Amino acid sequence: MIVPNSVKENMIKQENTPLAVEATQLMKVFGDNRAVDGVDLYVPTGMIYGVLGPNGAGKTTTINMLATLLRPDGGSAKIFGHDVEKEPQVVRQLIGVTGQYASVDETLSATENLIIFGRLLGLNRNEARRKAAVLLDEFGLTEAAKRPLSKFSGGMRRRLDLAASLIAQPPLIFLDEPTTGLDPRTRTQMWDTIRRLVKNGSTILLTTQYLDEADQLADRIAVIDHGKVVAEGTPGELKTTVGNATLQLRLANTKDATNAAKIIQNSLGVTPQSVEAAFITAPMADPDAITDLLIALRGANIQLTEVSVQKPTLDEVFLTLTGNPAVEKGAK
Amino acid sequence: MEDAKIIPGVERQLKNHTNLRVTLSNSWTMAYRGLLKLRRNPEQLFDVTFQPLIFTLMFTYIFGGAIAGNVHNYLPIIIPGILIQTVITTSVVTGVQLREDMDKGVFNRFRSLPIARISPLSGALLADMVRYAIASVLTFSTGYAMGYRPSSGVAGMLLSSLLVIAFSWCVSWIFAFFGVISRTASSVQGTSLMILFPLTFLSNAFVPTNTLPGWLQTFVNINPISHLVNAVRQLTNHGVIGHDFWLTLVGGLIIVALFAPLTVRMYMRKA
Repeated sequence: MIVPNSVKENMIKQENTPLAVEATQLMKVFGDNRAVDGVDLYVPTGMIYGVLGPNGAGKTTTINMLATLLRPDGGSAKIFGHDVEKEPQVVRQLIGVTGQYASVDETLSATENLIIFGRLLGLNRNEARRKAAVLLDEFGLTEAAKRPLSKFSGGMRRRLDLAASLIAQPPLIFLDEPTTGLDPRTRTQMWDTIRRLVKNGSTILLTTQYLDEADQLADRIAVIDHGKVVAEGTPGELKTTVGNATLQLRLANTKDATNAAKIIQNSLGVTPQSVEAAFITAPMADPDAITDLLIALRGANIQLTEVSVQKPTLDEVFLTLTGNPAVEKGAK
Repeated sequence: MEDAKIIPGVERQLKNHTNLRVTLSNSWTMAYRGLLKLRRNPEQLFDVTFQPLIFTLMFTYIFGGAIAGNVHNYLPIIIPGILIQTVITTSVVTGVQLREDMDKGVFNRFRSLPIARISPLSGALLADMVRYAIASVLTFSTGYAMGYRPSSGVAGMLLSSLLVIAFSWCVSWIFAFFGVISRTASSVQGTSLMILFPLTFLSNAFVPTNTLPGWLQTFVNINPISHLVNAVRQLTNHGVIGHDFWLTLVGGLIIVALFAPLTVRMYMRKA
């Protein structure tokens, strides 16, 4: 398992922009379950930051601590430089939280919900009404605005929930598994919405258990397992940490296979594998050596019909990093 | 999205406390929310609508002959008693609903908003005064329909209602406390009724005190509910603000002084 000691230094050096989230050794213990066990997170302003992990890895608990909903048992966290424990009320003015479970009033209509949240955030009656209308329009909920929420679909509820988080135009938005349980179409809509938010200058910290979601949306990803960050980086970096890319060659003539294998052995110093006679794969540690290999192949007059590089998928990253199932510890 | 760019987090000037104006405004919005919910769920009003009707009819016809010789003579005694019993019973709902509310997802959002921490609690307590008002009006109306004509007229009934509403608000802090510390809504209900029944029945609300054994009389006489009942009877039947009126207010304030800090403290710990 890869434990990134250099994660922190890398991240701080990399960005000169102020940090939206700065969490060091964050800790939360429920009974004898260390739900969050020393999490470090450094989220630069203006990006989508993904926290990826299996169920029970500690994602929601981490978010709840960053959003002042839970007190950390250890470590510290700052939102735009404001400590979550010492200045919770300041932090609350900087964040919007969309939880895993719709945090809206079931008995009220969408409009009523948004108006109440707007009023609580200090808008006057007209401003709150106008803001509610604008948000409902943006999230395609205008038609359903007067219906009680009990008649809403899961996707509509999520959208309303997100709309409610945006009333105060917070610079940092927490999205806890924003698309869990949504159908593929609604999921794509949610992704578009999230991307638009970042364009307007928000920073987004989202948790997900879907690799493709993290891959699609996040500029950086922290992989969490058993309450610890086990890897951190851009999706590309994470993929390379898992292992090398694979070089794939398809030969024009099957009879060249033995010869080609020899040349690969010489150029790359690795033993190639033949999937089928004319199709050869080899682990690719040093991309620069490929140039030599291709020249050598040309020199031996071996013709290729296909050259490709297969990068590891995030699925492989995930499996390698979180090899042990999260349920092992009895985490919930 | 709206055109307005989002102001960066580091450029914002923010304060870490909420002032009194914001607290009042937040509480008011929360109370508005409570009333909206009431309108959406009218069955929540069953207790304040049917209880005054049923109890007034039931108790008056059952006890009327036995205690006052006839129903008509019993009305000036029983109507203040029923009024208080009904309205105080209604205040139990404050705690039950607070518990239900705190268990819901929306409460998490309230906790993540930069609002006065106390406002969901204060708003709920505020909104419930509307329920007390409905119960008061209905009790007096039922009584009126049965022939109840208090000598001090509407003014006496109005002032009595205000006193009862104010006192119930004080008592609702007790139930809010149970609402905050209990795990489930049904346990709030259970504990609250254990407080409620002795408090309302071990009083002079339904029967003359002199028929009770001595030790019970002692309790009944210090029970703030008895003073409230006396105060309302004096107000409605004689148009007098007696010393029971003031004792009631003092009693209510003592309850608030005891339970408000406790409730708020426990509430803040959880909220």
